[in-house]
Amino acid sequence: MSGAGAADVLVCGVGITPFGRSEATGLDLAAQAVRTALADAGVPWPRVRAAFGGSDAAGNADTLVTRLGLTGIPFVNVRNGCATGGSALVSAVNAIRSGAADVALAVGFDKHPRGAFDPRPADWGLDEAYGAEGLMVTTQFFAMKIQRYMHDHGITARTLALVAEKAYANGARSPHAWRREPLDADAILASGMVNDPLTRYMFCSPGQGAVALVLCARSVARELPAADPVALRAAVVRSRRFGSFEVFSPWAPGGIPTSVSADAAGAAFEEAGIGPDDIDVCQLQDTESGAEVMHLAECGFCEHGEQERLIAAGATAIGGALPVNTDGGCIANGEPIGASGLRQVHEIVQQLRGRAGDHQVPGGPRTGFTHVYGAPGVSACTVLTR
Amino acid sequence: MEGALTAVSAPALRGSRCPRCEVAVYPADPACPNCGGPAAPVRLSGTGTLWTWTVQRYAPKSPPYETPEDGFRPFVVGYVELPEGLRILAVLDGVRPEGVRIGMRVTLAAGAGVPHARPAGVTV
Ligand SMILES: [Zn+2]
Repeated sequence: MSGAGAADVLVCGVGITPFGRSEATGLDLAAQAVRTALADAGVPWPRVRAAFGGSDAAGNADTLVTRLGLTGIPFVNVRNGCATGGSALVSAVNAIRSGAADVALAVGFDKHPRGAFDPRPADWGLDEAYGAEGLMVTTQFFAMKIQRYMHDHGITARTLALVAEKAYANGARSPHAWRREPLDADAILASGMVNDPLTRYMFCSPGQGAVALVLCARSVARELPAADPVALRAAVVRSRRFGSFEVFSPWAPGGIPTSVSADAAGAAFEEAGIGPDDIDVCQLQDTESGAEVMHLAECGFCEHGEQERLIAAGATAIGGALPVNTDGGCIANGEPIGASGLRQVHEIVQQLRGRAGDHQVPGGPRTGFTHVYGAPGVSACTVLTR
Repeated sequence: MEGALTAVSAPALRGSRCPRCEVAVYPADPACPNCGGPAAPVRLSGTGTLWTWTVQRYAPKSPPYETPEDGFRPFVVGYVELPEGLRILAVLDGVRPEGVRIGMRVTLAAGAGVPHARPAGVTV
C-alpha cells in the first residue's frame, strides 16, 4: 500500500464515554459512544457500510445493531485481548482501502469487575502449581520487567513516580478520565509497595468505558461539511516473535528480549512514511509507570536510559517536547481492555483538531502516534496527521 | 541411573533442547518454539544467576492461590538465568527482600510444584 493510499483513510467522527464506574452496561456504553461518533462526523447510521468491534468481557459488539438500526451491514466481532480495539480499527481501515466500504465503524468497549484481572493457569497452558503458589499475578511480570530495565539502563524509582504524577495531573484536566485528583510523586512512592519497585498508585485498574470511530474514504469527505477529519496514515497490529519476555511465562529465552512494540511501531512508521522524530504528541501503553518508560524507547522516541533525564525535565508533560498520554493514559482512565486502544486514537484526533480542551497541547500539533501493548505479546500502533 | 545422583543433590529441572537451533526450554516441550522441529529431553543445570526479581507483597487471589496454613507472608519471585541460555521463573527462598540482587548466584531445583531457588552456598 503506498503512502498516498494509506492517507486516504480519514477519521471523521469520534465518540467516547466517561471511563469512571457507573451502572451502565458495556453495550450501553458502546451504543452511546457510537451515537456520539456518528453525530461528530455528521453521518447517519444507515450510511455506515461495515462495522468492526469488540470487548474482552462485556458482550458481542454485533448485537449493537438492535439499538442502532437493522441496516443489514456486515458487523464483525473482534476479540483480540489488549489489541481488540486496534484489530477492529485495522479491519475497518482495510475495508476502506479495499473498496469494500467507504464509511466504516470501529468500536471498542469493556466493563471489568473491581480488582485485578483473574487468570486461570489452564487457560494459559500452565501447570496448576503456578496458580497455587501465587505466580499467576500480572503485576509481578510488570515489576520484574521494569526491575531489570532499571538495572540495565539507570532508571530510578523517582522516575516511575513522576510518570504517575503526570498521569494524574493530565487526568485532572480530562473530563472523561476516571482518576481526576492530582497526586504528587512523594505520595505515589509512599502509597504502598505492590510488587517491588512498583507501588499502588503506579498501576492502572481494570475499569469501564467505550470509544467509537467513524472512518471514511477521502471521496466521502465532501459529503460531510460538518466533519473535522484527521488522516489515519497507518494502523498496524503485530504479535510477538521468538525471544520476547511476556506475562505468565515459566521460562524466557536468554539474550536481549525482542519487542513486539518495537516491531509494531516500526511497521507503523514505515507505513506512514514519517518517523518518531516527526511526532508532536503520543499515547503509549501505561499499564503501570514502568511500561510508559520502556515504551518511550521501544517505540523509538528516545534511547534506552534517556528517559531518566527526559522525564525529570518535563519533556513528556503537556507543553514538553514530546507530550505523552495527555488524557492521563491508562493510569488515570483505567483499562477497559476493549476500549483502551481506541481511547488513545480518540485523544490524538482531538489533539490534532485542537479540541482537547484543558489538556490541549499548545502550538497546534499536526502529527500523533498511539501504542497499545498487552498479553500475550500483542501490540497495535497508529500514526495520525492533520 | 539417576537414583544415586538425586540422593545427594536436589532434583534437576527437566527441560528440552532443540538439536537444530540449540534453544532450551522449560518445562519440556516435544516441539521447539523457535523452529517447530523435534526437541529432546534434557536435565537443566542446578546453578544460575538471578536475572530479575520482585516481591509479592500481598496475598494473591484465592483460588487459585493456596494460602499457607500459617498465613500469607510476602515472598520473592524471579527469573534465574541458566548456562543453557534460558531464564526460569522460580520462587526464591532463603533470602530477605533487602538481600536480593540482580546477578546473585542461586541454586535451582525441581520439587512438587513450581521451581524453587535459593542463594548458592546456603544449605536447606
Ligand atoms: Zn529449534
